[in-house]
Amino acid sequence: MSLQQAAAAEIIRLTAVDLATKIKSRELSAVEATQAHLDRITEVDGEIHAFLYVDGERALASAARVDAKIAAGELVGPLAGVPLALKDILTYTGAPTTCGSKILEGWLPPYDATVTRRLLDHDIVILGKTNLDEFAMGSSTENSAYGPTRNPWDSDRIPGGSGGGSAAAVAAFEAPLAIGTDTGGSIRQPAAVTGTVGVKPTYGGSSRYGLVALASSLDQPGPCARTVLDAALLHQVIAGHDPCDSTSIDQPVPDVVGAARSADIAGMKVGVVSELGGEGYAPGVEQRFHEAVELLASLGAEIIEVSCPHFVYALPAYYLILPAECSSNLAKFDGMRFGLRVGDDGVASAEQVMAATREAGFGAEVKRRIIIGTYALSSGYYEAYYGQAQKVRTLISRDFDKAFSDVDVLISPSTPITAFKIGEKVDDPLAMYMNDLCTIPSNLAGNASASFPVGLAPEDGLPVGLQVMAPPLADHRLYRVGAALEAALESAWGAPLLDRLPERGAAR
Amino acid sequence: MALTAEDVAGLARLARIELTKAELEVLAPQLDVILESVARVSEVAAQDIPPTSHALPLTNVFREDELWLSLPREQVLASAPAAEQMRFRVPRILGEEA
Repeated sequence: MSLQQAAAAEIIRLTAVDLATKIKSRELSAVEATQAHLDRITEVDGEIHAFLYVDGERALASAARVDAKIAAGELVGPLAGVPLALKDILTYTGAPTTCGSKILEGWLPPYDATVTRRLLDHDIVILGKTNLDEFAMGSSTENSAYGPTRNPWDSDRIPGGSGGGSAAAVAAFEAPLAIGTDTGGSIRQPAAVTGTVGVKPTYGGSSRYGLVALASSLDQPGPCARTVLDAALLHQVIAGHDPCDSTSIDQPVPDVVGAARSADIAGMKVGVVSELGGEGYAPGVEQRFHEAVELLASLGAEIIEVSCPHFVYALPAYYLILPAECSSNLAKFDGMRFGLRVGDDGVASAEQVMAATREAGFGAEVKRRIIIGTYALSSGYYEAYYGQAQKVRTLISRDFDKAFSDVDVLISPSTPITAFKIGEKVDDPLAMYMNDLCTIPSNLAGNASASFPVGLAPEDGLPVGLQVMAPPLADHRLYRVGAALEAALESAWGAPLLDRLPERGAAR
Repeated sequence: MALTAEDVAGLARLARIELTKAELEVLAPQLDVILESVARVSEVAAQDIPPTSHALPLTNVFREDELWLSLPREQVLASAPAAEQMRFRVPRILGEEA
């Protein structure tokens, strides 16, 4: 390894906080930091396939602007010059937004998402767009029309989904930060199976403007990172009220950065959800989860077992509510104003062209969910399916309300099993849906939740995540628990979990 | 409930997706399994529970009626499948008999 390679290998392993500090003190330039990550992408992304689009030239140009600002003594944001990977479901003008779908192949959006705008306004350098399950429908990234992303821990395995590209990019040191979106677990489940940190803010905490909608009442953008503090800093940048999103909360962003720095959980009441464990959970997941619970207790948290009896109905309710909303949201892909158009021969009607376009442009899972949604909303079935699912949603919120009157946060494993093999569940949609068993209740209730790494399952050596759930607008509590866990675990392990990741690229 | 390929074809027509025969045959049993599983929602949801359509209590959001710049026409039409005379060009929308 040359000196230059050694320096680059060191740069890509830095946290976002350390990168920003070095860039601000001009020990390292933003251009050097960006180039090191672009080189890393060139080196490993042929195998990992976290990126659908790498925006190298523009990233280097924005990095140069950050360097110029710092040289001129201008005020810059806390993450200025830090590279980031953006999930390809948020618009960014000048780069294609595909949503992992053939129906939007090559589509150039005419506006920036609010999240994108805030990243740019804070001098964060966007490296490119990351892979995802088509329109964020999936738990493995295998539903991307552009091929699956691979898990950096074992490239035969899935990186989770839908935000597998964002999580894999962060885990494989292709970017210290990424943006995900979480509708039923798409930030937290990929974080869990890649050994990274992922946070779903309170619904309405971050803007959905410019996020291509899957299920509008559930979707929420959030941060992905390798450390808790990095995630908090990114959370702080993207969150806050946006008049362009009418469901955006007009209140101050909770002090997530202060919480991540304090890492103090003494006296905190932590509820363990009794329904989220036991049968169907991998032994290594249960073991690492229970060890983490003991660790939290040793750090001064009061552990209380809590029953949320309706959580077992969250999965069926979600797979009615989500398809219902998505069948309506995806009606805009009609082949008229943007994206693909098929069969426009001058004779076929708009309706025939629309049906042919959607047949050619949508993948199998998108079609499945649109059909289920159409069924659930059709007259005669509406009450039995969609109407009942909405009542279950009420029951789940009530379970949370009752639980949060006794405890400050709830915890569970983030996902019942570790990363599975690519191809293992593609023909069994119901088995695939089970991956989101633990994460869905928080989306249905609209509260805040996160996944933090708690070790590797002894049986397969793959990462396990612990989920923390907090009441609406108590996002800071997630970070207190996450930071406390991180500090205690890393001092026990002697190094961050990702140091145990198999080496790849020039460093191998 | 045994959803047939014909039932799925009917739903696909409503959803404006021209599914192939092969797709219909794969989808029907898959959807059947999924629908049977999600039907469990009716086990708990009694009549007197209000439905939740949204996670947070929402009220109408108002703003001043101000002029905003609209999206640039050239840029929007550049990503359209077909454009003519600064407009979206679309296939015929009326039937032959109309």
